[in-house]
Amino acid sequence: MFGKLSLSAIPYHEPIIMGTLLMVCLGGAALLGWVTYQRKWGYLWTEWFTTVDHKRIGIMYGILAIVMLVRGFADAIMMRAQQAVASADAAGYLPPHHYDQIFTAHGVIMIFFVAMPFVVGLMNLVVPLQIGARDVAYPFLNSLSYWLTASGVVLVMLSMFVGDFAATGWLAYPPLSELKFSPTVGVDYYIWALQLSGLGTTLSGINFIVTILRMRTPGMKLMQMPVFTWTALVTNILIVAAFPVLTVALALLAADRYLDMHFFTNELGGNAMLYINLIWIWGHPEVYILILPCFGVFSEVVATFSGKPLFGYKSMVYATAGIGVASFVVWLHHFFTMGSGADVNAFFGISTMIISIPTGVKLFNWLFTMYRGRIQFNLPMMWTVAFMVTFTIGGMTGVLLAVPGADFVLHNSLFLIAHFHNVIIGGVLFGIFAAVNYWFPKAFGFKLEERWGKASFWCWVVGFYLAFMPLYVLGLMGMTRRMNHYANPAWQPYLIVAAVGAVFIALGIGFMLLQFAVSIRNRAENRDLTGDPWGGRTLEWATSSPAPFYNFAVLPKVEELDQFWADKEHKRAYPSHARYADIHMPRNTGAGLIMAAFGTVLGFAMVWHIWWLAIGGLLGMVGTFVVRAFDTDVDYYVPGAEVEKIERARLVPLNKLIQNVGPASAGEKVA
Amino acid sequence: MNKRSLVSAARWSCAGFAALLLSGCNLEVLSPGGDIGLQEKSLILIATGLMLLVVVPVIAMTLIFAWRYRASNTKATYAPKWSHSTAIEAVVWIIPCIIIAILGTITWRSTHALDPYKPLEHQAKPITIQAVSMDWKWVFIYPQYGVASVNELAMPTDVPVHFEITSDSVMNAFFIPQLGSQIYAMAGMETQLNLIANKPGQYAGLSSNYSGAGFSDMHFTAIATSQQGFQDWINKAKASPASLDDQTYHALTQPSEKMPVTYYANVKPGLFNSIIGQYMGDMQMDKIGVEPQQASAIPSHIDHAKAAE
Repeated sequence: MFGKLSLSAIPYHEPIIMGTLLMVCLGGAALLGWVTYQRKWGYLWTEWFTTVDHKRIGIMYGILAIVMLVRGFADAIMMRAQQAVASADAAGYLPPHHYDQIFTAHGVIMIFFVAMPFVVGLMNLVVPLQIGARDVAYPFLNSLSYWLTASGVVLVMLSMFVGDFAATGWLAYPPLSELKFSPTVGVDYYIWALQLSGLGTTLSGINFIVTILRMRTPGMKLMQMPVFTWTALVTNILIVAAFPVLTVALALLAADRYLDMHFFTNELGGNAMLYINLIWIWGHPEVYILILPCFGVFSEVVATFSGKPLFGYKSMVYATAGIGVASFVVWLHHFFTMGSGADVNAFFGISTMIISIPTGVKLFNWLFTMYRGRIQFNLPMMWTVAFMVTFTIGGMTGVLLAVPGADFVLHNSLFLIAHFHNVIIGGVLFGIFAAVNYWFPKAFGFKLEERWGKASFWCWVVGFYLAFMPLYVLGLMGMTRRMNHYANPAWQPYLIVAAVGAVFIALGIGFMLLQFAVSIRNRAENRDLTGDPWGGRTLEWATSSPAPFYNFAVLPKVEELDQFWADKEHKRAYPSHARYADIHMPRNTGAGLIMAAFGTVLGFAMVWHIWWLAIGGLLGMVGTFVVRAFDTDVDYYVPGAEVEKIERARLVPLNKLIQNVGPASAGEKVA
Repeated sequence: MNKRSLVSAARWSCAGFAALLLSGCNLEVLSPGGDIGLQEKSLILIATGLMLLVVVPVIAMTLIFAWRYRASNTKATYAPKWSHSTAIEAVVWIIPCIIIAILGTITWRSTHALDPYKPLEHQAKPITIQAVSMDWKWVFIYPQYGVASVNELAMPTDVPVHFEITSDSVMNAFFIPQLGSQIYAMAGMETQLNLIANKPGQYAGLSSNYSGAGFSDMHFTAIATSQQGFQDWINKAKASPASLDDQTYHALTQPSEKMPVTYYANVKPGLFNSIIGQYMGDMQMDKIGVEPQQASAIPSHIDHAKAAE
């Protein structure tokens, strides 16, 4: 009846997990109780859960990512604590069975459920506004994508309390991930969580390509798109090209585990090298899927806060596209030590280095945007400068690892761990933090306060260097990754420093949450009445903060790059219109949420081999989609009169204000 | 906590950190005991040096520009429209191209020179060591001497060592950091590695590819010693009462952790090939010339294969 599932699947004997479960239950009950007490369920359902508004979906991605950042970081600090004490073959406090799941979960969560939701959420929030669109091309699909990502999160979180999670490392290399060596449900949770969220990501990719290619405001040519939108376009092309490979690789692994196939087993002609190639054909573009939008963020931030157009816009676009193409011919550098011939290794090594050329150009372009600028050091700009310094170091160690001869001694060492945290934290996370501070007012209508934000910034930066510079040294000392304990006591001091760094990062996360809380409390003081709090250059700043649900009452006309900046200069940025047309908008729908809920059931049932429930989940998913497909009431018109009311309420005081203080500084004055 | 105190706290922690970095530590990868490791060390240093030519100016420019063009410094030039300079763009494309062209050339050459499969040029005749990774231990077979060991290997200094590597379990990687390159160990396949030890010593060896619960203890000692010392080690193995036959081998394949160093005076001939062959199906076994009886050397896996047929 319940497949492999029984009450013994709950790890009663693990005090850490049971404590966590207790906290999650209490916290969850408190949250649910509070929502019920406040009678907010109806509001949450109609305004958020069923929304197809790209901005709200973007915000929900962000919230999901922050929650999972806390979970992934909890894993990280447990690993740091374990390695700080498990010297000279001491056992530490985490047995291998638990420790191995933690490092696997940490990697999976940070990439799939923190970095990806942050990046996709950011594209959701910003791209339609930057191209003057009213929503994405397929709003329902967008909602489905989000809820599928959430399904993956639910399965990963559930695995902690019911059964176990993969103990294979974040890419689940076979043959270790095969049934023979990983007989528990851990790898199955991994497979189904990633299949569900991966499907969501692929759908997002399609959605954004169509949105960017087809829904730009009249007049906006490709070479007039803001750089962030360009990076989003390239990223989504990478998503659509790379994610199906992940889906196939995981499906083949599932076939091995469920149907006794032998794609990647040791026996009967299986070959793990096939999986390792496939997973990295997805995996390498994946890191560019994460970093390119962040490059876009830095480009926007550096231009805005330097008070200058971005230096070398065309170079930037070509560099982005070049990185996107090249990211598909470098995957083998993840396994130079597999025994390929020297020609193959050298080819992939050199192609990897070639990527550093457009990346280097980008750095120089940001530098020359700052050159002869008037740089305002608000938080987004501070994160950008920290990124430029940190990422340069990470890039250097990356190119070093791309030299096969060097990789032969550095591969899989803590040097490698230090390198990719250097680019993922120093690049992706710093970019996301810059973006959160930069676009927060556009999403919520008020700025984040800077005091706790700066405290968070310094803790993160100091914490990063303390946590990861010692890892470079440890890699050179011959320490390999994923060790539960180690014999060499000389490594311990460095691991203690790294653990201290993790504590600083914990403070950084804490201060960041405090920054949000304080900003929400003091929102009246930091309200952004202009819609343009930083002196922005691109279209998202032309509309109000928060942007109205239809984004633009009248679609902006674009004739040049940085159109909004030019409009402000010519004092035509905030035109009043005599009459407003009706606006065509998509209707909210719960179909995405319901499909994803059935998807979660399907995944859970597959994990535990509860076949009848799996069939039910699948039928539910498909059935909901069919019902949705026959629903003809999917859109409506906002009457022009209502648009006029909303717009007048904003523009009349705004134009008065601008007459008094001038356009560019209006935002600052109001704040 | 104001900004200034945070900055100074950051500065002090950086200084303390740098001091810690510079305090004497044994960077094994950068203190090699053999020629391959030596070449790889100099490759790392040369490549790092080359890249620092770009990295140091970029970091310096970032900090200088950030300081000089801060909004409060109204004396600095402000060019609010300036966003293009063909000269600068040419330079910022060309400089990375030159650096990468040089580094690419170095990479092409060094990758061929350091190809793990390439036999080392040396007047001494190489010895062969066959390494098998298991859950969670290393078995080393010396086909020229007919001995084997677990979790310890010995090699004469200044003699090239040809490693043939496979796995009888999941994937691992064979790695002696101070001697240079690592390579994966994979079931049903043989990978190769050619190393040499020039300095005598006891070097830490390990699996550098995570392989499950007992992975952290999957280390071994690589003893590099004189010809005489090596011969003594072989004799010590030969004096062992144990021999590596089908039964002993089968016992070894069972998962175990922290297995003490063990020597085997005799090794069943062709064992290494039959370890690989068991995963390759009948045709492949014929190819490597294993007798049918030998093919069934390892009962558990053959049973498994038969069941699957």
